[in-house]
Amino acid sequence: MTLSVKDLSVARGGVPVLIGVSFELRAGQAMILRGPNGSGKTTMLRTLAGLQLPLSGEVHGAEDKIAYAAHSDGLKSMLTVEENLTFWAEVFGAAGISAAVEAFELHDLRDRLAGTLSAGQKRRLGLARLLVTRRPIWVLDEPTVSLDAKAVEMFAQAVRDHLTAGGMALIATHIELGLAEAQVFDVTTHRAGPDALAGASDEAFL
Amino acid sequence: MKALLRRDLALALRAGGGFGLGLAFFLIVTVLVPFGVGPQSELLSRIAPGILWLGALLACLLSLDRLLALDWEDGTLDLLATSPLPLEAALLVKALAHWITTGLPLVLAAPLLGVLLNLPASGYLWLVVSLALGTPALSVIGTFGAALTVGVKRGGLLMSLLVLPLYVPTLIFGAEVARRGATGMATETPLLMLAGITLGVIALMPFASAAALRVNLR
Repeated sequence: MTLSVKDLSVARGGVPVLIGVSFELRAGQAMILRGPNGSGKTTMLRTLAGLQLPLSGEVHGAEDKIAYAAHSDGLKSMLTVEENLTFWAEVFGAAGISAAVEAFELHDLRDRLAGTLSAGQKRRLGLARLLVTRRPIWVLDEPTVSLDAKAVEMFAQAVRDHLTAGGMALIATHIELGLAEAQVFDVTTHRAGPDALAGASDEAFL
Repeated sequence: MKALLRRDLALALRAGGGFGLGLAFFLIVTVLVPFGVGPQSELLSRIAPGILWLGALLACLLSLDRLLALDWEDGTLDLLATSPLPLEAALLVKALAHWITTGLPLVLAAPLLGVLLNLPASGYLWLVVSLALGTPALSVIGTFGAALTVGVKRGGLLMSLLVLPLYVPTLIFGAEVARRGATGMATETPLLMLAGITLGVIALMPFASAAALRVNLR
């Protein structure tokens, strides 16, 4: 199982941001995306997840394999932690949330309403959702925002377990996760110049 | 799909306003009408079917801006779009949940409000039948409006402007069924038209809604 990206160009709001991105990710590998704010990491991850179309280039092996997690966790504040996780498990056709609850130490919070959790606890719940999807490719956008050091270690361990089980991970982050084996991909080398692909656009209506 | 329906119903029950708001609005509108047109019971019974249909339609419209906006704000729509559930199916289920929480209570409350407007006895059955057939179309068309305006801040008014013209056929034939039923005329033709419109939008609208939502999710 391979995720291969060939000569991918992506745009945000009609302006090309990244050009000519190519890489290959095999089972058990992780890749860290680096780059300053606004360099196009989020746009690239959303393109890989299929939420927007690329300007050009090809993505192979991504369809129906990606579990996407971004800045907002998709949690319902009026549902309990357990109900939130169970909902996503059912949507993704997976059974059981106990492994996810254990990995992110959510036992004590199971019956709390998600709306009453702290920002870090919500984030842990959002990341636990990745485990219940049973999807092989994790595409994560700033997964460690508002996590404390212990929770970051918890997350890194979950990623390592996922990789050991033959999964893949693509992570945009600014901090050091302690994933020694991960490749680092710096998007700044692919940033679109001011007149690159002039006239190209991803807008649906013009 | 069942999970999504269960979740939407649970949220509507717990967050409040889901069941009650549209119903209370419907009640108030129909109570206000006799104050406005005066206590002539003959006039009231003549306009009752139209008023009840208009009230139900506006009550339906009231809760539409919550249909997708909440899921958009907390990122659920992004995650649903990347899930194995087709977006078309997800939107149809959300329309169904909206109908159960808004349309169905309106259908059940309509006979009671018919009394307030002096609806003729022969009209009650046809009022309920026409609302039961017509309100699902209101929810499905409303989902399309919600999908079109989902990213727009304070898009509620814009959505009303987009959706209300699309409600016209349902309103015409729905109110016509109720009016003909109330005056003892044959109801078959408008009833078939109403059922046809509802089935047509249920079959086609989810595709339009999903296409609009995909553009808005970019």
